[in-house]
Amino acid sequence: MLYAVLCYNSEDAVAAWSREEEDKVMSDLAAVERKYAAAGKLGPVARLMPTTAATTLRKSSGESFIVDGPFAETKEQFLGFFLVDMETLDEAIAFARELAVANPGVGAYEIRPLRVFKPGGSLEAL
Amino acid sequence: MSELSWIDLALSSARPQAMGALLRYFRDLDLAEEAFQEACLRAVRTWPEKGPPRDPVAWVIFVGRNSGIDHLRKRARQEPLPPEELLSDLDDVEGDLAERLDGSHYRDDILRLLFVCCHPELPATQQIALALRIVSGLSVRQIARAFLVSEAAMEQRITRAKAKIAAAGLPFEVPDAASRAERLGVVAAMIYLVFNEGYSAGEARRADTPFCEEAIRLSRLLLRLFPAEPEIMGLTALLLLQHSRRSARFSADGQIVLLEDQDRSLWDRRAIREALALIDKALRHRAPGPYQIQAAIAALHARAETAAQTDWEQIDLLYQSLERIQPSPVVTLNRAVAVSKRQGPQTALDLIEPLADRLSGYFHFHGLRGGLLQQLGRDREAHDAFERAITLATTAAEAGHIRQHLDALARDIAVTAK
Repeated sequence: MLYAVLCYNSEDAVAAWSREEEDKVMSDLAAVERKYAAAGKLGPVARLMPTTAATTLRKSSGESFIVDGPFAETKEQFLGFFLVDMETLDEAIAFARELAVANPGVGAYEIRPLRVFKPGGSLEAL
Repeated sequence: MSELSWIDLALSSARPQAMGALLRYFRDLDLAEEAFQEACLRAVRTWPEKGPPRDPVAWVIFVGRNSGIDHLRKRARQEPLPPEELLSDLDDVEGDLAERLDGSHYRDDILRLLFVCCHPELPATQQIALALRIVSGLSVRQIARAFLVSEAAMEQRITRAKAKIAAAGLPFEVPDAASRAERLGVVAAMIYLVFNEGYSAGEARRADTPFCEEAIRLSRLLLRLFPAEPEIMGLTALLLLQHSRRSARFSADGQIVLLEDQDRSLWDRRAIREALALIDKALRHRAPGPYQIQAAIAALHARAETAAQTDWEQIDLLYQSLERIQPSPVVTLNRAVAVSKRQGPQTALDLIEPLADRLSGYFHFHGLRGGLLQQLGRDREAHDAFERAITLATTAAEAGHIRQHLDALARDIAVTAK
């Protein structure tokens, strides 16, 4: 089963990480990624810019209009995601737990099975 | 990350909104600060054991407000403290508290908190100090170190600034659209000052005082409150772009490295990408303003892979529109750099000579003038201009940079004399 593991946290708190905290979290996360990539279970990984960089297109009855900012103002923001291929939900939860250890503090991981997946072309990695 | 450090992060990101709300309740900066401090102390005591509250901001506001009320009561010699268990056990109330108390207010709360730091009677340095102390929560020691004064002196300055604000009366009416826009402009200017204070210093002595990071944080905060304001997008983009060059602006021995000589691989690409995204968003509004134009200029530098690929024509045009919107001799001086690249040093020199009266006390005027004269082979005049610049330098790095020019000139002049 393909799962998206969606990461939520306060972007204020994440933006306030020191350089050392940032580097530590990223390298710990990378270690988890390497492990699952080696097992052929890790797909695309994305980290999103702050919600201030977002633009939202709202549609209602055929019309659409553009709003600056994220789709909804929330206390914790959608900050990034991992796509993984897991045998069971338990395995996906175990993966999320490892992410939580690599990136401690508050926040949440939503584990959401995929219905459709189109890997797409070859986007350049950032 | 240790437990205490995530609590620190949660409290410091709660600070602007919580302080804004507490200031609205108590209408007194000192009382609001004390109340916030008290709430933080209780958070450090109770969160590790009970786990973080669902809504840390609401928790801090609630506990802070109770502690402030309590303080007022004690002052009035009334009832004793309520037991801490009652205050700490907030699981049931915090949910709707945020909505009930703050849902509709928090934007104006935070704007007011920022705005009171920008009182027009306060000199720029005090506005900066106050904003960093009250909104960002930097310690007096950190701020004092950045301004190269003693902690006691900075404490005194901040106390005086607060007294001045209190005497002038805090703006508690809910602003209408026009005064909200005016406040926004004033606050944006203050955030720019905070950034510049960090940026223009740039030396090791200020490396551990994160003024630039704080300014970017405040600017993002403002943008979240006013997500459709293109000038705030421009401001945030401008700060990100300037800051993206931080690792390339100084050599290992603290010398200034000019933009055209910087190692562009050291530029922070992540910050640049975010800035470009913000500029794209701002352009959609078709309402250009000074911050957007300056950001667009900085973006042209960021987009050039080498200094030689810089689009000086577009930069010249952007400076021209900046001159129209916000005429100032400093803008013209900056445009002269683009003009010198396109049309040569003589045209640039002709452009800046009329500014001599107004910019006679400005380091960069004499620095640029010296550089242009040097390119024209007028070494003696260049030497005099650099000499003038060096007396106006405000940092050792600026002085050191001009010293290099003077040394190079001295060699040239010596060679010519032989």
